[in-house]
Amino acid sequence: MRKALIWIAFGAALIALPHGLSFSQQEILVFLTINILVVSSYRLLTLTGEWSLAHVVIMGVGAYASAMMTKNLGVYVPVAMLMGGIIAALIAVVLSFPLFRMKGFYFLIGSFAAGEIIRLLWKHFRDPFGGAKGIKGIDPMPDFSIGIYDFDFFEPVSYFYFAGFIVIVCLWILWRIERSPVGLTFHAVHWQDKLAEASGVNLRAYRTLAFAVASGFAGIGGALLAHYIGTINPGSFDLDYMVFVLTWAIVGGTGTFYGPILGCVVLTILNEVVLRELGFEQLRPLIYGAILIASILFLPNGLESIVQKFTKRSAKS
Amino acid sequence: MTQFLKVEDLTMRFGGLVAVDALNFSVDHGTIHGLIGPNGAGKTTTFNMISGFYKPTSGKVLLHEEDISGLKMHEVARRGVVRTFQHSTLFAELTVMENVLIGTHMPFRPNIFAAIVGWDREDREGAEGRAREALKFFGLSDLATERAGDLSHGHQRALGMAICFASHPDLMLLDEPFTGMNPEETRQMMDLMRRLREAGTTILLVEHDMQAIMGLCDRITCMSFGKFLAEGGPKEIRNHPAVIEAYLGGARHVA
Repeated sequence: MRKALIWIAFGAALIALPHGLSFSQQEILVFLTINILVVSSYRLLTLTGEWSLAHVVIMGVGAYASAMMTKNLGVYVPVAMLMGGIIAALIAVVLSFPLFRMKGFYFLIGSFAAGEIIRLLWKHFRDPFGGAKGIKGIDPMPDFSIGIYDFDFFEPVSYFYFAGFIVIVCLWILWRIERSPVGLTFHAVHWQDKLAEASGVNLRAYRTLAFAVASGFAGIGGALLAHYIGTINPGSFDLDYMVFVLTWAIVGGTGTFYGPILGCVVLTILNEVVLRELGFEQLRPLIYGAILIASILFLPNGLESIVQKFTKRSAKS
Repeated sequence: MTQFLKVEDLTMRFGGLVAVDALNFSVDHGTIHGLIGPNGAGKTTTFNMISGFYKPTSGKVLLHEEDISGLKMHEVARRGVVRTFQHSTLFAELTVMENVLIGTHMPFRPNIFAAIVGWDREDREGAEGRAREALKFFGLSDLATERAGDLSHGHQRALGMAICFASHPDLMLLDEPFTGMNPEETRQMMDLMRRLREAGTTILLVEHDMQAIMGLCDRITCMSFGKFLAEGGPKEIRNHPAVIEAYLGGARHVA
């Protein structure tokens, strides 16, 4: 009962949230929502112990697929978004054949190379990917009304509600997967792959499954981004962005489901709001980097370790 | 009746070293079979080849006359041959219960779509029931919520076997199950193994604890320097001149 009330209050706060923000802050809020999905899906992959540098590029695959489907084939936007996710997952399955011959550090480098190849393909082929300029004039989400609220997708607030709904559904699915025997098997593959294999776990299949599911949700995130900003190019999904995803995951901590989300929210607020308000416009990357180093030095288990400390204490008392 | 498990001319070379050289032996269904030999005799290598951890250089491993050599470890496991590892190879970060739940992977195969929608309740309950059964059998029920890495050494060994047991194996390959156990724990574990045999599970074990081996095994195969040395019941092996020489160090092998 108390739990339900907390969730209702949390939902109401989320609905009220954008109305207290400026227009540019509302836009940041939309990006933040999408980034939460990207970093959460990334965590699913890290459950199996593999860290990929291609995640953002795979997200781009979803964005390109969805944008091209609406532009060239006239597919209805939400359907195209879903298809974007599915195509991203399929590309991940194809990539898994060369990539999962490697583990650990080699996988990391291999995934980076694979991502760069995809990005070069986008850059090189003007038809159909639009070359270095990318795809412009992507159809926005068509307006619709659900009776009590009219969605007008030129307003970031409307898009925040729309994206927020999709992201929450996706997070719920990710949560269900993690809490299931499948999620437990992912952990098993991470901690002792040999023992897991001796118990009959097909390691390749489970690594591929985690990679494909994570990529699918990243693809949906990419599609949400593409239909919001209306233009994508190979530079939108470059290594800078990937480094941001990594730092959110590392600073937040990947031990819990909420860790990466916490990292993403805290660092985004810090970077976009606090440092901007304080007037550190030019110095922002420098301070951001310093905070990163400090958090790795003093909070090696991420922000989630602070939360865990508090929840454990309250459970004891 | 076809032979349950048969090893034919099994050979493993690591570069110039022949770790196992044309080994032949067979295991009967429903027995406890010991594999012994001095250090470096190639016992663990043999285990690794049977379980699919290594691919043999040559030779065959026949399970019910099907050649399983060179299959991946999970494919071997799915044919009912499940192994444990030397030392305490466990999912140290997970709880004891979760460790055993992973052991139920084969009888209760997880399905991602059923898991999302929530249609796998029966499977989850079945897996949990089997896991509790395995914990109870090995006397670990009280420790279900402990972190596996925090257990005592004896309990960790038992947990390793519980994970193996949870998967309903036909043949359990136990790699030095009594290492690091005190005499009391060893005695208990021997009782459990006899109960497993009565339930129809075949056990093949590598062990250095001679008292346990002699008291437990129906048949014993002895290896030395990668080669087959002798086979027989505990009494025969104990009095076999070649075995005594291998253990006490005859001049023949030192040269």
